[in-house]
Amino acid sequence: MLMPTNEAELAEMIRAATGPLSVRGGNTRGLAGPGAPLGVGAISGIGLYEPGALTLVARAGTPLADIEAALAAENQGLPFEPMDHRGLLGTEGTPTIGGVIAANVSGPRRIAVGAARDFLLGVRYVDGAGTVIKNGGRVMKNVTGYDLVKLMAGSHGTLGVMTEVALKVLPRAETAATVVLGGLGAGAGVAAMSAALGTPYEVSAAAYDPATGEAMLRIEGFAASVAYRAERLADVLSDHGKAELRDGAQSQALWRDIRDVAAFRGTDGDVWRISVKPGDAPAFLDAVAPDAALLDWGGGLIWARMPEGADLRRRAGAFAGHATLVRGTGATRATLGAFHPQPSPLAAIAAGLRQRFDPRGILNPGLMG
Amino acid sequence: MEMPVPNPAVLARKSRLVERLQKVLPPDAVIFDEAETRAYECDALTAYKCPPMLVVLPSTTQEVSDVLRICHQEGVPVVPRGSGTSLAGGALPTADCVILGVARMNEVLETDYANRVIRVQSGRTNLSVSGAVEEEGFFYAPDPSSQLACAIAGNIAMNSGGAHCLKYGVTTNNLLGVTMVMMDGTIVEIGGAHLDSGGLDLLGLICGSEGQLGVVTEATLRILRKPEGARPVLIGFDDNEVAGACVSDIIKAGVLPVAIEFMDRLCIETTDKFAKAGYPDCNALLIVEVEGSEAEIDAQLDTITEIARRHDPVELRQSKSPEESAKIWLGRKSAFGAIGQINDYMCLDGTIPVSSLPFVLRRIGEMSEEFGLEVGNVFHAGDGNMHPLILFDANKPGDLELCEAFGAEILKLCVEAGGCLTGEHGVGIEKRDLMTVQYTPEDLEAQMAVKDVFDPAWLLNPAKVFPLAVSQARRDPAPAAA
Ligand SMILES: Cc1cc2nc3c(=O)[nH]c(=O)nc-3n(C[C@H](O)[C@H](O)[C@H](O)COP(=O)(O)OP(=O)(O)OC[C@H]3O[C@@H](n4cnc5c(N)ncnc54)[C@H](O)[C@@H]3O)c2cc1C
Repeated sequence: MLMPTNEAELAEMIRAATGPLSVRGGNTRGLAGPGAPLGVGAISGIGLYEPGALTLVARAGTPLADIEAALAAENQGLPFEPMDHRGLLGTEGTPTIGGVIAANVSGPRRIAVGAARDFLLGVRYVDGAGTVIKNGGRVMKNVTGYDLVKLMAGSHGTLGVMTEVALKVLPRAETAATVVLGGLGAGAGVAAMSAALGTPYEVSAAAYDPATGEAMLRIEGFAASVAYRAERLADVLSDHGKAELRDGAQSQALWRDIRDVAAFRGTDGDVWRISVKPGDAPAFLDAVAPDAALLDWGGGLIWARMPEGADLRRRAGAFAGHATLVRGTGATRATLGAFHPQPSPLAAIAAGLRQRFDPRGILNPGLMG
Repeated sequence: MEMPVPNPAVLARKSRLVERLQKVLPPDAVIFDEAETRAYECDALTAYKCPPMLVVLPSTTQEVSDVLRICHQEGVPVVPRGSGTSLAGGALPTADCVILGVARMNEVLETDYANRVIRVQSGRTNLSVSGAVEEEGFFYAPDPSSQLACAIAGNIAMNSGGAHCLKYGVTTNNLLGVTMVMMDGTIVEIGGAHLDSGGLDLLGLICGSEGQLGVVTEATLRILRKPEGARPVLIGFDDNEVAGACVSDIIKAGVLPVAIEFMDRLCIETTDKFAKAGYPDCNALLIVEVEGSEAEIDAQLDTITEIARRHDPVELRQSKSPEESAKIWLGRKSAFGAIGQINDYMCLDGTIPVSSLPFVLRRIGEMSEEFGLEVGNVFHAGDGNMHPLILFDANKPGDLELCEAFGAEILKLCVEAGGCLTGEHGVGIEKRDLMTVQYTPEDLEAQMAVKDVFDPAWLLNPAKVFPLAVSQARRDPAPAAA
């Protein structure tokens, strides 16, 4: 495996490459395609961390765990709560910050504070021609030139290989509690979440588990404030059902499991991740009839477990949103495609961008359509 | 500020263009009379003016598509325009361009409280988006000070921010989808009421692209439920540095205010004089606002007050009522207007790491003496977005140029300190030539490659963002060999 230890070496390797490169951080997210493996893991280390400015700059191969530990020491964290794919996919390895950003991995809090891309302040990357490029910076507000920072987030290594990322971080909440309403069908579950998210009580996560019929609503902040808002929320939602409170370690474990889709761990079948308008989720579930499902983001994110090889997109018919095959055999990926096909004008723009950023088509070819 | 020489071949096609545009637009939507096009000769960067060749005011996405297809065929540059409040000259015309104004497209297309989104035509003003959902207790978070006038179209093009973005983010963090027309007339839909637009983040790319990639005609925006309440505390210090340290300590303490605003002595005194804000006599003033229930607000303000006390403030005023809140905000909100009363001024917009605040303020003070021009500082301290206001005399020959040179030095200082040229106003023509301070030729090439993909002929707002010399070959692929 090609293992550059710094940006200059990486640029050299990309320039020297004669065929496809399969770019990877810790390779825990099951995305590595064909080509010569190119690992970014040795381009590692936190370069700058200023808690008072809420900014952290790290090289792309830095283990996520190192970043989380450094932040935890200052009582801060990555607000977008990236999931750990290892349990779900049965992969091993060390998740890196570069991988998190490249796949725009965002967890339950995405609905309240934004996705990984919303916390990315700047990037350095090497494009497909081996040129080092930077965009953005390390300050919180920056509209200088085009926002290639957003473009790189979620580009899955198809436009360039990131070497450094600058992130906005936030203080960790002092405490969290979860208001749980039980006995709800999918329609009622989504309705309860919508009602909760439409209150001023700053719900930081909203999930619904069809298996238990429970809608779960998380409140975070200073202890007194959490207690107050949880009570108000339970009150406001009394029409939707009787509320129960889970706090402390119980609440924490619950959201970690939702974030990592723990319920699908060790199961058979394909796993799909679908983004829809929350209100469309119940009908979507009816249409695709999954073996199991989990709703996050107030219903806007559907995790669906399907029989191996089943074409979820066909079962769904035309819908506003997109469905990604997160777990599936090579054959299923080959037939159905992991990424949602895009309408032709957008696909043409995406192809044009790839052509310009990677003229030889060597960076993760085949990924992202 | 240099602008490209108008293309005589384009000017010569004016009457044919008018004829073609009149076939796809209502008669009053094509403006070609010179007395009338003059109304579009500048935006809020009024030092630069140039009437366009034509102005069109379409009412639908289809009309926009028809206009762009025709301009594309005729090889005519198009400058999109919202409300013309850009401070960077983003909507400044060239003499051979068509101004495409979206002001007539101001409808609300859909409000959806259950899914917390609103879909509007892009010419709708920022404030009236919040106005449309206010009755149900919702609001649209990004709140530029120009919100009464500026359009969502301009907000998207500039990725505008506002006083509350410390908590709620800027436009790009609140934009879920757009309908956009490409220069060749193709209509595209990006994103929608769902989260994350799917595929490459084209939505993120378009937001902040200053009207150079496509014309946005409709937008899906995230709306939020209003907080139960909000109240500020005013803190006065004798020293800028101490104020900066206090900001950093507040942030570290885990309180997340909605806004932390900073004013220096010149701004404090001027606003006090003109707005009668009753501000204390001090060198630096912070206004920190928090949200929540009454009890939550009190608790947060107490924490902030406690932190502030450790820094020996000369004044601490915790608001207890809406009246007191309004009084605290009065001076800050009228700062630009008040300074405008005493002088002509140029407003800069660089961002710096919060930690460099004391250093940068000190340097600006020194440079102010070197240039012999006064500077007032009022800015969003929580995120390091500075707004130095350089005072000059527009009637004094050479003063504008001196002021621009000073401004450029301040922006370079921001970049040196680890920051950037513009935090929310955009590059436009104003900061175009400074782009090379922040970016290498390769960095700029990567950005221009994006425009090549969206607008291969470089017809959309072509003379902005990139230094003219750098974009020359793309804007004007000279056929004649030297
Ligand atoms: C007093 C004052 C206070 C201000 N305060 C703030 C502030 O607090 N925060 C802040 O961020 N800004 C502020 N601004 C700057 C300005 O208001 C913003 O940049 C605003 O977003 C511009 O909107 P507009 O509709 O006026 O756009 P315009 O000035 O008309 O155009 C701005 C840019 O958008 C492009 N554009 C317009 N319409 C479209 C479209 N349909 N499709 C594609 N591109 C388009 C134009 O080509 C141009 O490049 C302030 C300005 C003033 C005058």
